[in-house]
Amino acid sequence: MNISRRQFLILLPAAAVAWEYVEAGTPEASPNYQMSDHWWGMLIDITKCIGCGNCVRACQKENDVPDGFFRTWVERYDRMDYHLESPVVISPDGGKEGFPSVVEGAEGDYFFVPKMCNHCSDSPCTQVCPVGATFISPDGVVLVDQTYCLGCAYCVQACPYGCRYIHPEKKVADKCTLCYHRITKGLTTACCEACPTGARQLADLKNPNDPIHAFLKTHTVQVLKPQMATGAKAFYNGLDGSVR
Amino acid sequence: MSGFKDVQHLFRFAGLFVAVILAFLVVRSYVVPKSFGEYGHYRGAAIGEIAAHPIKFAGHQACASCHTDIVETKAKGAHAHVNCEACHGPLATHASDPSAMTPVKLDTLVLCVRCHAASAAKPKGFPQVNPAEHMGGVPCQSCHNPHSPEIRPDTGKSLAAGGAR
Repeated sequence: MNISRRQFLILLPAAAVAWEYVEAGTPEASPNYQMSDHWWGMLIDITKCIGCGNCVRACQKENDVPDGFFRTWVERYDRMDYHLESPVVISPDGGKEGFPSVVEGAEGDYFFVPKMCNHCSDSPCTQVCPVGATFISPDGVVLVDQTYCLGCAYCVQACPYGCRYIHPEKKVADKCTLCYHRITKGLTTACCEACPTGARQLADLKNPNDPIHAFLKTHTVQVLKPQMATGAKAFYNGLDGSVR
Repeated sequence: MSGFKDVQHLFRFAGLFVAVILAFLVVRSYVVPKSFGEYGHYRGAAIGEIAAHPIKFAGHQACASCHTDIVETKAKGAHAHVNCEACHGPLATHASDPSAMTPVKLDTLVLCVRCHAASAAKPKGFPQVNPAEHMGGVPCQSCHNPHSPEIRPDTGKSLAAGGAR
């Protein structure tokens, strides 16, 4: 085959582009799933949460979360009218087996707050990782590469929401993956699947047909710790100001 | 060019410098994973690995594809929007091969109470009962069909009570 110098120079960039694809590594697990088409978040409706703990149990089963550690948990707030700033918060075993019942007419305002990773778009936890083991995926999910993690726990300290822990057996950082293995297959997360009241809704902010857009237009939602500018994507409806 | 006299030792040093850099680049190309930097400062292949984890909850659609009768019953009642696995637990193994695993019968005394036990902390509109007063040890499904729990005024039972199969 005879190639002139001119032809060779024209082919060179094409070959470089082709090589990029060869180098690009393993193909994605779900062939129909395009990361660039999604931007995941979660809608949590405080007004619907009954504190049954279904989400906590479902998460632990789906993701083999060790006992005593939580990727999601439920807190019960008891907010006194004369002490708005200091609510009494309980979360017995992460709310896994529900909460002690409160008698009618009890003093204070009681409500449940499900907590989980906020999948921040400017997440403090990914910024502190010294080895590039935790990252925001192109579809907006904060993930941990557990084969790369050293277990230094900087990220555990950096998360302002307390959503990370060091896995007691693997000795690496572990956290909510927003059930990445489910949402990439077109399923919803385990916690949303198990929630009996629809207090949790998986939201795809890049999908124009997602009901989240109508909800955000008609409701006043908040994120946790907005003053930290984390770009949190767990949107809370009916969030009380006393929630930290 | 008197300035370049006796510079042999500098060339030797430059050669060593280049050799060290080359060695560094060679080692680096072996040590850094192929997909590192594909999307950012992390191993791009990790995304695919996490996405490949097996699922445990089959999802409501998987249940509905076989159990159409239950889904129909459910659609008429207050539990229409409660997914099957919210009560029955993770059943992906059953969904992929129904003979591999059969879901266990649920204890309604535990299950119903988990959500419906009265507590002032729950939202006001949510149906709640004091278990001891409400039923006194009688299993819930003797009056309520868990799949469509409303009590019909004529029979005092819900549609196909005890029909929880």
